[in-house]
Amino acid sequence: MSGLQYDVVIIGGGVTGSAIARELSRYQLKTCLIEKTEDVCSGTSKANSAIVHAGFDAAAGSMMAKMNVEGNRLMGQLAEDLDFPFRRNGSLVLCFSEEDMPNLQALYDRGVTNGVPELKIISGDEARAMEPNLTDEVVAALYAPTGGIVCPFNLTIAMAENACDNGVEFKFLEEVTNVKKIDGGYEISIKDKEPVTAKYVVNAAGVYADEIHNMVSEKKIAIVPRKGDYCLLDQEAGHHVDKTIFQLPGKYGKGILVTPTIHGNLLLGPTATDIEDKEGTYTTAAELAEVISKSARGVKNIPYRQVITSFSGLRAHEGNHEFILGEPEDAKGFFDAAGIESPGLTSAPAIGVYIAEMVAKEAKAAKKENFIATRKAIPHVSAMDKEARAALIKERPDYGTIVCRCENVSEGEIVDSIRRTLGARSLDGIKRRVRQGMGRCQAGFCTPRTMEILSRETGIPMEEICKNQPGSEMLIGKL
Amino acid sequence: MTHHDIVIIGGGPAGLAAAAAARKAGVQDILILERDRVLGGILNQCIHNGFGLHTFKEELTGPEYAGRYIDMVEAEKIPYKLNTIVADISPAREVTYINREEGLVTIQAGAVILAMGCRERPRGALNTPGYRPAGIYSAGTAQRLMNIEGYQVGKEVVILGSGDIGLIMARRMTLAGAKVKVVAELMPYSGGLKRNIVQCLDDYGIPLKLSHTVTQIHGKERLTGITIAEVGPDRNPVPGTEEYYSCDTLLLSVGLIPENELSKGAGVSMNRVTSGPNVDDRLETEVEGIYACGNVLHVHDLVDFVSQEATLAGQNAAAYVLRGREADKGRQVPLLAENGVRYTVPQTLNVDTMEDAVTVRFRVADVYKDRYIAIYYNDKLISRKKKKVLAPGEMEQVILKKSSFADYPDISRIKICTEVE
Amino acid sequence: METRNLICIGCPLGCPLTVNIEGEDIKVTGNTCPRGADYAKKEVLSPTRIVTSSIRVDGGDIAMVSVKTKSDIPKSKIFDIMKEIRAARVDAPVAMGQVLIENCADTGVDIIATKNVARA
Repeated sequence: MSGLQYDVVIIGGGVTGSAIARELSRYQLKTCLIEKTEDVCSGTSKANSAIVHAGFDAAAGSMMAKMNVEGNRLMGQLAEDLDFPFRRNGSLVLCFSEEDMPNLQALYDRGVTNGVPELKIISGDEARAMEPNLTDEVVAALYAPTGGIVCPFNLTIAMAENACDNGVEFKFLEEVTNVKKIDGGYEISIKDKEPVTAKYVVNAAGVYADEIHNMVSEKKIAIVPRKGDYCLLDQEAGHHVDKTIFQLPGKYGKGILVTPTIHGNLLLGPTATDIEDKEGTYTTAAELAEVISKSARGVKNIPYRQVITSFSGLRAHEGNHEFILGEPEDAKGFFDAAGIESPGLTSAPAIGVYIAEMVAKEAKAAKKENFIATRKAIPHVSAMDKEARAALIKERPDYGTIVCRCENVSEGEIVDSIRRTLGARSLDGIKRRVRQGMGRCQAGFCTPRTMEILSRETGIPMEEICKNQPGSEMLIGKL
Repeated sequence: MTHHDIVIIGGGPAGLAAAAAARKAGVQDILILERDRVLGGILNQCIHNGFGLHTFKEELTGPEYAGRYIDMVEAEKIPYKLNTIVADISPAREVTYINREEGLVTIQAGAVILAMGCRERPRGALNTPGYRPAGIYSAGTAQRLMNIEGYQVGKEVVILGSGDIGLIMARRMTLAGAKVKVVAELMPYSGGLKRNIVQCLDDYGIPLKLSHTVTQIHGKERLTGITIAEVGPDRNPVPGTEEYYSCDTLLLSVGLIPENELSKGAGVSMNRVTSGPNVDDRLETEVEGIYACGNVLHVHDLVDFVSQEATLAGQNAAAYVLRGREADKGRQVPLLAENGVRYTVPQTLNVDTMEDAVTVRFRVADVYKDRYIAIYYNDKLISRKKKKVLAPGEMEQVILKKSSFADYPDISRIKICTEVE
Repeated sequence: METRNLICIGCPLGCPLTVNIEGEDIKVTGNTCPRGADYAKKEVLSPTRIVTSSIRVDGGDIAMVSVKTKSDIPKSKIFDIMKEIRAARVDAPVAMGQVLIENCADTGVDIIATKNVARA
């Protein structure tokens, strides 16, 4: 034995870290994932377009292209195995002028090279027949039937839960401050805690991946947080389009996408602004206005009055716009999964396999015989038929008490989101798992009740219940 | 399927008054479905006074006012189910509800009275830029946390919107030891009642900034401050007028929206202005046997008027049930809201079969001084009454008498509007 | 002669009142009902308010019982009253109308419960 605590430490509990954790949990390796916030899926993974890209965007031959197409291919089976919401709704890239047609053709050609199946260029009229709310400006479109939409929260959470069920240890509220080469592996320093040691380190630290990488490698990298603002519309607007509608990048810039979400809302965004603050998830008036104005170019009559919330997410943008996957030359046993910006969500399942295989090969680890390949989601009562729902309530009466009336979330679902593997410890954690407070009243009605349930189930006093991280306490004390 | 003559959705002030009235009108088989743990609805957390002057000729607090109606319902032994949420109402008046004891149950209602109330508009609807930290509450949520659960939500407070709940909470938080720094209102006038400005803001020296809005939210985990700015006539912020306020709490009192998901499911036609169902003078929606009253129909300022309206809905639902079928309504004449009148409730008047007097409630679109409220039958001016002040925050009413239609056999529309001279 | 413009808080109508004060002689216009005149006179001579709040309940099915001053109290005493209310605790059950604090802040006015709270 080397005397090190872990075989593998993964830094970061976003979609990438969780995917790698899940894939590593297939092997006979002692693995630990360290996350600085209170929950998985708390950074870039929670605030993005929630799109499963077909794979025609990334440069031919790039890791990005490879991971995207492979991630897209894996997503269907993964959604079945891990029981998270996913649908191949298809996507359209809109072309607004004849002079841009060569660019649309180039996109098609790139997609074919990347191995994207079933791509097709269609006319404006064909596109409008598919999506009646497209504007008359649309002259042609690239149709990709394999494009999809996914619940980014439950994708991440499902992979993390499954990893945990398969023996991966998760540490929350632990911030890595340094990684240092030691004999036979690495020592990982943690703020206000004892350091941990591991033979291998996986860097899945999102917008902080450059800082972690630069702790061990002289081949420095730089990640720029590229901020994107979004507007989310009520479910009443969710059928305005069925497919994910992109705009062909042209002289007006990259364009704003319009898409239904897997939960039936309509999502508009993102903008793209490079900022310095790696925690800068604030929306700005100018960017929200840009979302509104640009979205109208391809899709008409968007009911903007039905915006229920806006949010901002940071993409971990690396200068070469390419995923950095694998060991730096000068840091053996240290594996980067850095620069994971769009299509990172789509690519995560493929990145998980790719990195895990690399680590396992180096560690000469064998696969487990008792790997649990599946995981069941928390039942969502409003999606059940009457008989199933009645039966469930009979067995678990708390599924008969509706707490969040907008999304029809029962007390039983909230209780389960807290009690199960890697259960929620914050209001946002509950919201991401079961959609409590995600609806049109934005938690106005259900907040007090949900806080009470969280307090009761965890023993956390009401005054210490947080929206997310410590410091986000909801109350300041008793009256 | 179990049958009940009248099923009332909601056990707040509207549902309770409707139930009491329906029983008084002779219907025995009534069922109230309430989603909370107690009857009384929002009044339970409205612990301030000012309720009941019209109904009981005395000034009560919210819980006391609710208590009067709860006592009536208890005394009449009208059945109700608590902790019960209605999942669906069909156009044929099949009501599906859920609770932990019975699971999922569908019952057949002879008549349905919609009394679900309203909800607060959330921050998202305003699309205010900034972070999304803890410490941003709709005023009613904070009110519940304080008055029912007994927690203090913040120490330094800014309130956006001068709706009544926001004004009441400004005083409530001040009395509980918090510092309320400012109330910002987007419009050039307050959305709340004048008396609440006096006794909730003026009494405590809390400034009300009209034509101002929050333009930025600061603080990533818990709110640390907000920026407010003056808005121009287009209601967009005027650059250079920004002011920063440090605060740990932002309360939103930016409007109420009738809660009509169930009504829409029942196939009821909705009014674009009120966000409530279209009803006739019986408060019947366009789906036979489904009635609506209270804040689900249109947002009221005064619970007393909710009770009046609900009483009428209860009586009409009872008459429908006792008759066993829809009575002939006679001629149905539309009520048109024009020139400064935003809407009317009801939207249709059955001039042949109406009560002797029908109260028509409405709101105006802006603050008007020395304007007339005029009523036209077809194009003929019927009445004109001068009002010193009209404001969108205060509901107005006119009374139409059945006898007045005797001279208008060919009436095809009734118009209610404001006039300058 | 002094003139003051007030908004009546007697009821939600919020009538705009004009008060003309000439020594002992106070004339009120703009009121809809006699209560408006009463309010205006009181408001210029010695303003009063009803105070509403809530008191923590031990052993109740809810944490707080809502309360009010049984009658109006001098406006200047609001925070003295609140100090006593905030310090108070009562045991369940509580009945609507029950006196919870006698002679609050020496105003001669009691604090009474405005809702029922059953034992948990």
